Amino acid sequence: MAGGARLENANPLIFQRSGERLLTATDEDEDVADPFDDREIFDLIRSINDPEHPLSLEELNVVEQMRVNVNNQESTVSVEFTPTIPHCSMATLIGLSIKVKLLRSLPDRFKIDVHITPGTHASEDAVNKQLADKERVAAALENAQLLEVVNQCLSSRGL
Amino acid sequence: MVAVCACAVINWLRFSMAAENSALLGLVEEFVSGQVDSKATETAEGLKNGHFTVLQLVEALGFSLISSQPQTRGRGVQLLSLVLQECYSSLSEKEVEVLLAFYENRLKDHYVITPHVLKGLQALAKCSVLPPGSAVSILKSIFQDVHVQSLMLAERSSVYSILISLMDSREEELKSLGADFIFGFVQSVDGERDPRNLLLAFQVARNIIYRGYDLGKFVEELFEVTSCYFPIDFSPPPNDPHGITQEELVLSLRAVLTGTLQFAEFLLPLLVEKLDSDVQSAKIDSLQTLAACGQIYSHRELGAFLPGLWSSIRREVFQTASERVESAGLSALSSLVSCLSRSVLDSNSEDSLEVFLNLVLKDCRHHLCEPDLKLVWPSARLLQAAAGASYRSSLIMAQLVLPLLLEQYSSSTQGFVQPTELSRPAEGEESVLVGFRESLCSSVFSALSESSAGLQLTASRADVEKAVDHLTRLVLDEEDAQLSSVRRAPAVCGSFGMGLVSPQCGAGELSGSSAGNGGFSVEDVCTVCVGLQRIAQQARDDEEIGRFFHENIIPRLLGLALQAALGSKDSGSCISPLADEAVLFALVPVASTACAALQTQAASSMAAQTVALFLDGDVSFLPENAFPSQVQLLQADSRGPSQLVCLLMACVCSLPRSVEIPELERLLLRLEDLSCSSPHLFSYTHASKCFAALLFSLLSDAELGSEVAEGFRVLMSDSPDVLNRECHADVRIMYRQRFFHENSSKLVQGFNSAEQEKKSHYLKALSHIVNNLPRQVQLTELPALLPLLLEALCCPDQGVQLSTLCCLQPVLLESPAALGSQLEALVSRLLALSSSPAMKVRITSLSCVHALARLPEALVLPFRARVLKALSAPLDDKKRLVRKEAVAARGEWFLLGSPGGR
Repeated sequence: MAGGARLENANPLIFQRSGERLLTATDEDEDVADPFDDREIFDLIRSINDPEHPLSLEELNVVEQMRVNVNNQESTVSVEFTPTIPHCSMATLIGLSIKVKLLRSLPDRFKIDVHITPGTHASEDAVNKQLADKERVAAALENAQLLEVVNQCLSSRGL
Repeated sequence: MVAVCACAVINWLRFSMAAENSALLGLVEEFVSGQVDSKATETAEGLKNGHFTVLQLVEALGFSLISSQPQTRGRGVQLLSLVLQECYSSLSEKEVEVLLAFYENRLKDHYVITPHVLKGLQALAKCSVLPPGSAVSILKSIFQDVHVQSLMLAERSSVYSILISLMDSREEELKSLGADFIFGFVQSVDGERDPRNLLLAFQVARNIIYRGYDLGKFVEELFEVTSCYFPIDFSPPPNDPHGITQEELVLSLRAVLTGTLQFAEFLLPLLVEKLDSDVQSAKIDSLQTLAACGQIYSHRELGAFLPGLWSSIRREVFQTASERVESAGLSALSSLVSCLSRSVLDSNSEDSLEVFLNLVLKDCRHHLCEPDLKLVWPSARLLQAAAGASYRSSLIMAQLVLPLLLEQYSSSTQGFVQPTELSRPAEGEESVLVGFRESLCSSVFSALSESSAGLQLTASRADVEKAVDHLTRLVLDEEDAQLSSVRRAPAVCGSFGMGLVSPQCGAGELSGSSAGNGGFSVEDVCTVCVGLQRIAQQARDDEEIGRFFHENIIPRLLGLALQAALGSKDSGSCISPLADEAVLFALVPVASTACAALQTQAASSMAAQTVALFLDGDVSFLPENAFPSQVQLLQADSRGPSQLVCLLMACVCSLPRSVEIPELERLLLRLEDLSCSSPHLFSYTHASKCFAALLFSLLSDAELGSEVAEGFRVLMSDSPDVLNRECHADVRIMYRQRFFHENSSKLVQGFNSAEQEKKSHYLKALSHIVNNLPRQVQLTELPALLPLLLEALCCPDQGVQLSTLCCLQPVLLESPAALGSQLEALVSRLLALSSSPAMKVRITSLSCVHALARLPEALVLPFRARVLKALSAPLDDKKRLVRKEAVAARGEWFLLGSPGGR
């Protein structure tokens, strides 16, 4: 797919990556508990690779920190992602990668909701529905080919 | 009438020449009427080859030269000129004379002919056989008959070329023309705009000035006609066809303007005016021109303009943001000063140099004295530039500035730092400062030795630091360089040292008597200590300073520390800064540096005295002996005095190895006691450090437990206090490896045979040793030690866990083979540690787990499910840093053995 003959969006806009999160004194303090916050969730997903381009989702502006919401108390995470073009056929795959990354990286207690930023994709509802369905996500990960692509998206680049 | 005159010449020629040359006529005909330009070259060839003479050519031209059509006449003259340009060197004097008469005459002809005439004259002017008087007549006719500036560019260029040629060959004749020549030139140049011609014109002007032509009453005119181009603003046209640069123009104009003293009265006001310009290049050019003036002018020319020039320079240096302007300003100033320094003094007038420098100083003084203002640095640079210009100026400057700086120093300490720094460049002439060295030093000393009142208290730490720095540099660097004054160094240094020590005295007394505000902060004292240490370091090879330290400073410091320690024990509430651990910490390097530099004899007496003091309470060598006769310094229960063990360490452990330490046995015993039983952390760490330094053999003794193990860390890492090269510890290469080889087996043995509760000491020691080993050695030794290290991971001591994890992690990446059989145990331990209460342990163990995922898949795949499960707990760790590490590790393990993963 990634090496396919024809890219849907051959020349995407590229955005700057944000820097590493700054370490604070409380981060080093054993006694202070650090709650999950938006930035932490964003850090988890921003380096996911795009299935088409050798760029991260952050660089393509598919994910943004302002579209990440976490509620530590209620154990909910909500992520909105924005496909680069409204007809992007990769939208489901990108959503799946985000979902899997969060499932692997967050404690069980969190309910994870991944969906498309409203109004940015032609078949928004269908994709959202698919991503929200546990069974379908699980089934997708049973598919070796799909899993391979998702894993490639989640591999840290340059290694 | 013109035609008549031309006829006469031609008739005369015809008269003298007879031969008819039909070929020549053909050529002329084709050139003139046929407009075939190439025939000129052929004609020149023919002339060169002797087929005909120049006079025959003129004859052949006859019909065209007397034609009524100016164009035809022009064509004829053009052919002649073109030929002459090729052949001027082969002409005879007679021919030249005739041709010159003809050409001078043609200048009066129609304007279309003039360009060709000038070309011909240009060729003729280059002739070596120019008849006497002809140069003058050429010039006269040009100046009279031609209005140069209404000519085209190329013709103007011809005129300048003619001038240059004639100036080169007929200097005497031109000089006889006197001011007329200057006037003619001024008239021809006036209004020139082309840069190519300007370069030529400037060359003529330069020749006029440098070859001593009499300018007569046209000085100002010549100046005006050249200075109107100043400052030159020229940007070459795109693709720069002529290769003329602004730089070239600027330099040649500058050579003209600064070439003669006669221009001074016009140039200097012009420069002052142009300095006001807003254009930066104009400012720079003006300043550079001024600097160039300084090289030839004397104080007579400058005199009246000095105040104006100075205020312009000052303004530029003070206000500019550009470094180029500033440096141009400074070099202009120094050029002015050096010019003034060269001037011979009149008996009745005042010394203009001194007057000027006073003026400079007057304007800078005010800024120097208010160092908060930004203008301190520019002022300083101005003063430097002025002082650096000549020996005399530096003398005067030093005389004027140094007292000012000193006075300012004594009145306010705030400004001290900068002015002293500033005065340094003024030291360019070494001897200048000699007279002031004493007072410089003494003022520094007096400041430092002034006890509690005023200065020391107000002086900020940076001041003291700077002072120390400056002083050591001044005293040690410079005086060492001059053998003659070496002797003074100890004395100076001594008084410096005393200066430092006595305020401490004051501090001690102060805090002893009046409880409350101790006057000296801990920082102050620490700074003083740093200063002392630096002195000791720099004076390492100086025996006298060494002795001074041995005899005065160290006993004194010990005394003060002891006094403070005893005082703090007695009164409790009021603790002198000298009893503070930070201060003791600062004292340690002073003592150890000084002791390391001692000669053998002094060293052994030092050792004896110190040991006697610490073991027996022998206070006889301390100054101001007012101590109780039996002080017990090495007692575990007395906090104050036992702190001083660090000084014992400093003094004794840094002595040369050859020095026998008396009563070593007893000392060791007491130290051992202290290190094991003291409840006071500072004391026992230092006691055990000291102890480690003295005693290698005891290190493998299991009795001492944990402290011994810590001792290993002291041994293996680079401690700044003991066991480094400066302290004569015998640091040999690869001592860590050797130590490891010699002792690891003993440790392993000891571990195996030790009782359960003592095992952890061995593990601790082992992990400290391995952690400090070079990576290469770790890799080769790891297989053997792995079981022990795994054991160490189970040790409850978090320090040991961390230390072991730290040495495991890189090894995991580099030497997977060694791990094979131990993997099961390793994974379990690491996963267990990922829930350790210590955050660092959790993080490091998780990063080890992460590293494990990179091992060959076959080895680690069996653990995948287990690791993934275990890692879900730290995903919810309360510390974000731990979670981050867990996420990274878990992500990696997920990819393991999965399609698209690794």
